[in-house]
Amino acid sequence: MAIVETKNIKKTYKQGKVIVEALCGIDLIVDKAAFVALAGPSGSGKTTMLNIIGGLDLPDSGSVIVDNNCFADMNQADLASLRLHKIGFVFQAFNLIPVLSAIENVEYVMLLQGVPKIERCDRAKGILDDVGLKGKYDRRPAELSGGQQQRVAVARAIVSNPAIVLADEPTANLDSKTGEDLVLMMKKMNTEKKVTFIFSTHDKMVMDYATRLVTIKDGLIVNDEIKA
Amino acid sequence: MYIILAWRNIWRNPRRTIVILMAVIIGVWSMIFLGALMRGMETQMVKNSISTLTGSIQIHNQNYRNDPVVENSMDNIDKLDKALSKTQDPGTLWAKRVRVNAIASNARHATGVTLVGIEPEKEVKISFIGNTMISGRFLLPGDKNKIIVGKAFLKKFNTKIGNKLILMSQDTQKEIASKAFRIVGIFSAESEAVEKQFVFVPISQAAKMLKMGDSISEISIILPRLDITGKKETQAAKKLITAIGDDTFVVETWQQLLPMIKAYLEMSEFFLYIWYFVVFVAMGFGIVNTTLMAIFERMREFGLMKALGMRPFQIIKGVVTETFFLLVLGILTGIILGFLSVVAIAKNGIDLSALAAGTQMWGIPRILYPEIWARDVVVAGLVVLLLGILVSLYPAFKAAGVTPTTAMRKN
Ligand SMILES: Nc1ncnc2c1ncn2[C@@H]1O[C@H](COP(=O)(O)OP(=O)(O)OP(=O)(O)O)[C@@H](O)[C@H]1O
Ligand SMILES: [Mg+2]
Repeated sequence: MAIVETKNIKKTYKQGKVIVEALCGIDLIVDKAAFVALAGPSGSGKTTMLNIIGGLDLPDSGSVIVDNNCFADMNQADLASLRLHKIGFVFQAFNLIPVLSAIENVEYVMLLQGVPKIERCDRAKGILDDVGLKGKYDRRPAELSGGQQQRVAVARAIVSNPAIVLADEPTANLDSKTGEDLVLMMKKMNTEKKVTFIFSTHDKMVMDYATRLVTIKDGLIVNDEIKA
Repeated sequence: MYIILAWRNIWRNPRRTIVILMAVIIGVWSMIFLGALMRGMETQMVKNSISTLTGSIQIHNQNYRNDPVVENSMDNIDKLDKALSKTQDPGTLWAKRVRVNAIASNARHATGVTLVGIEPEKEVKISFIGNTMISGRFLLPGDKNKIIVGKAFLKKFNTKIGNKLILMSQDTQKEIASKAFRIVGIFSAESEAVEKQFVFVPISQAAKMLKMGDSISEISIILPRLDITGKKETQAAKKLITAIGDDTFVVETWQQLLPMIKAYLEMSEFFLYIWYFVVFVAMGFGIVNTTLMAIFERMREFGLMKALGMRPFQIIKGVVTETFFLLVLGILTGIILGFLSVVAIAKNGIDLSALAAGTQMWGIPRILYPEIWARDVVVAGLVVLLLGILVSLYPAFKAAGVTPTTAMRKN
C-alpha cells in the first residue's frame, strides 16, 4: 500500500539571477513500512525532495499525496497539522529544543498533538527506552552526545506513530560507528513498529541498510533499486 | 509545559533578561515614586489651602464673593445652623466668620489686611489658626480688644506682643470705623503671605466694631475627610443647598472657591500620565530591541518548531508568555521598590523650604510627604503590562513568520 505518492515534481529556485532546477520531474511511490534511502551527489535535490514530501516546501508543479492527503487541496494550517500528526522529522542537526530535557522534547510534540498528560510521560519514557536512552530522560541536549541527540530526535519523530518519518542526513554529523548504531536503531523501529522511513544520505554504509535505494542526480531519479 | 518552556527561555541569556528587567523595574519604580511625590504635593496643597480659612464648603451671601463688604453679609444664621445639623454627617464641623478688608496701623506702619472675626473655640478645629501659635496665646471667646497676628506681620510692623494695633474699616452704615486692639498672640502659617494678610479677633468684637449685629460674612465647613476628587464635597453641598432652600445664600465647595487649585490638580494628573507614557516609550524600545535580538538568535529553533507542526499563533503565544513573565516580574519588583522608597522618605518628608519661598502662593508645602494612590499603581502596572505585551507582538510575529526551510538551512 502506497503511503507516499509524488507525480512529476518540479521545483526551481532563484538564486539572484540564476535559476536553479532542483527537481525536474520526480515520480516516487513509497509503500508502507519501507526503509528508503535517497542517495545522490551534493546539490542533487535530496533535501528539496524531503522538504516537499514533508510539506515544508511546495513544488512548482506536480502532486504530492501523503497518507491519502493530497497537498494540492491543503492550506498552510492543514499542512502544519499533517506534519504534526502524520510526519516525523529528523534533521541533520539542531533537532532539539535546547532548554528542554530529552523527555520534555519528546513530550512537547505530544503536547502539541493534544495527548493527555499522563499518557505523554509514559509514552515518552517507553520510546526513549526503545531508542536506547533509558535513564537519560532528564538530560538537556547539551548534556547528550551527538548520537544521543539524534536518538532523541528519532524518538520524538516516531512516538506518535506517524505515517512516515523523513530524515535528512541523520548520520552526517556522527562518526561512522555512532551513525551505524543510529541506522540500526532506526531499522529496528522500522521492523518492530512498521514505521516508514525515508532518509537521505551520502554514506554507503547507511545505504546498505535500506530496503530500497533511490538515487537522484540533477533533480531526476537515475536509479531505483529494491534491495533485501 | 508552556510555562516551563517560557521560564527557561527567559533565563537562557541572564544578562539580557536582567537588562530588560532593570528597564522595567526602573521605569515602574519611577512611575510610582514620582506619582507618589505628586500626589503628596497635591494632597498637601489642597489641605493647606482648605485649612487656610477655605474649608471644604463655604456659605456666603450671594453678593459677597463679587463684593466682599460688610453689607453683603448673612442674617438668619439659625436657619443655616439647622440646615447644617440636619444634612451633614456626624464629624462635620463649621464655624462662623466676619471677614472684611481693613487697614492695620501703628505709629510707624500702615498696611491693608483682612480682618477676620472668628469663634475661637470652633475655628481652632477647622482651620490652621489656633494650631500654629508660636508665642503668646490664642483668642478666647470673651476677649475684648485682643488680636492675634502672623509672624511675618509682626516683623514687618516691627512690633511685639502687648503692643497696640489700630484697625480701620467701613462699617454697615458706610462710616469709617476704627478700633484699637492689643496683640496677644502670634501665629505662623505655611506661607508668609498668609502671615501678613490675616489678623484675627473674636467675632463679637468684629461685629461690634462694624455695627453688624448678628450678621456674619461666611460659614466655613470642614467635612470629616478630605476627598481630593471633590465628589464628597459636591454631594454635601448639594444636600445643604436643598435644605437651605434660599438662593440668597450660595454654597460653594473648595473646588469652586479655589479654581486655580482645581486646574492645577487636573493639569498635574495629565502630566503624570504623560510621564508614564514617556517612561514607557523608552522602556518599550528597550523591550522590542532586546526581544528582537533574542528572537533572531533563536530563529532556527522557531523554524524547527514550525517544521514539527507548530502553528504561528502558538509561537506568538510562546514569545508573548516570555515577555509577560518578564513584565510581571519587573512590574512587581518596581512596585515593591516604589513602596519601599516612598515608605523610607514618608516618615520625614522631603524638605522643600529652599524652593518654597518662590512658590508659596501656590500653597506648595514646606515639607513634602509622598503619598501612593492605589489607582496610580494600577494604572502604571497596567500601562507597562499591556503596552509591553503589545510591543512584544512585533518580535513575536517575526518569530512566527519564519520559514522552516530557510531557518533550518543556515548551519
Ligand atoms: N532555498 C533555496 N534557494 C536557492 N537554491 C536552493 C534552495 N534550496 C536548494 N537550492 C538549490 O537546489 C539544488 C538542490 O539542493 P538540495 O539541498 O535539495 O540538494 P541536496 O541533494 O540535499 O544536497 P546536499 O547533499 O549537499 O545536502 C541545489 O543546487 C541547491 O543549491
Ligand atoms: Mg541536503
